[in-house]
Amino acid sequence: MASKKTAPLQEFIKGLWRENPVLASLLGLCPVLAVTNSAINGLAMGLATTFVLLSSSIIISLVRKVIPHQVRIASFIVIIATFVTVADRFLAAYFPLISKDLGPYVPLIVVNCIILGRQEAFSSKNNVFRSILDSSGMGIGFIVVLIILGGFREILGSSTFFGMTVLGEWFDPWMVMILPPGAFLGLGFFIAIANWINARGAKA
Amino acid sequence: MRLFLLFVSAAVVNNFVLSYFLGICPFVGVSKKLSSATSMGMAVTFVMTIAAAVTWLIYHLILVPFGLEILEYVSFILVIASLVQLVEMFVRKISKPLYEALGIYLPLITTNCAILGLALFSVLREYDFIESLVFGIGAGAGFTLAIVIMAGIREELDLADVPKPFRGAGITMIVAAALALTFMGFAGLISI
Repeated sequence: MASKKTAPLQEFIKGLWRENPVLASLLGLCPVLAVTNSAINGLAMGLATTFVLLSSSIIISLVRKVIPHQVRIASFIVIIATFVTVADRFLAAYFPLISKDLGPYVPLIVVNCIILGRQEAFSSKNNVFRSILDSSGMGIGFIVVLIILGGFREILGSSTFFGMTVLGEWFDPWMVMILPPGAFLGLGFFIAIANWINARGAKA
Repeated sequence: MRLFLLFVSAAVVNNFVLSYFLGICPFVGVSKKLSSATSMGMAVTFVMTIAAAVTWLIYHLILVPFGLEILEYVSFILVIASLVQLVEMFVRKISKPLYEALGIYLPLITTNCAILGLALFSVLREYDFIESLVFGIGAGAGFTLAIVIMAGIREELDLADVPKPFRGAGITMIVAAALALTFMGFAGLISI
């Protein structure tokens, strides 16, 4: 648990790698696997999740002293669900194509364990400023994972990156990478690489 | 016949875990032992069936007549959370052995995205009441199938020599990829 002594910058940085929600804590795997068939979907999902995470962190850290301890989880969920509705309507209004692609995974941000986890572990115990740092760090860490995994799968699966062709004619796209098995395979290797880098860092 | 096809489609062809990625957290977290995987599968199927019925009623009898569809997510998650609590109390009163078998897995189900996903899919695909119910049972059966197979593989995997960085979550994902590939073989079996 972060004590009051940790530098504010640390609260931000820890979400990027050391306590990365996906790679280190294995949270929020459903959207990570489901929407990363292209980099742009990953980015949209990451931004939507970060928006919900950040806004609900701000609200919850503001009202944390008012909410009785027994009903805190239920109150958190209502706040989160409200912001998810906002994000969902916004996407549907301004980016109908992406919204259609993401389908029911936008409303499913409600049950994304990253968000409830951060509220319970951090925002309900810290002030607004630290909560903003914490949740933006976690959000950016989440976005980075989604883009890397989405980009990796998009390049191998349809030989494009953000819709631009990157690999030439010679490359025969691996269809499987944009289908469900590719998601599991990609994430499995991603986690293994992250573990490998961490193990090397620990040795050095 | 249509209902039977719907059941098979939800359980096998469009398996919730392996092709929609719903309920991945318990799928990874609770698949270490066969016995706990079976209990988790039972608990999820149980709650899914009830949740499918209740959310259908809420949506079509309350939200639609009053034009409150925008409150869909808020009301669904609240209903599911309280439903899980209710089911827990009910099971404890009715059947002690079942309660002990399900154990801590019952409360954990609230945050299982498969339940909310199920409710959202039934609304999206405009199922009627019976169809939603069958869809719920099918999806639950599919979840149980996937998690039990996974637990069986992981018990054997304990004896295997896995490269170090892959231990734990990494190899679980790779196994899930193999399972998803297998389940893709069912694609095209039924189209609904």
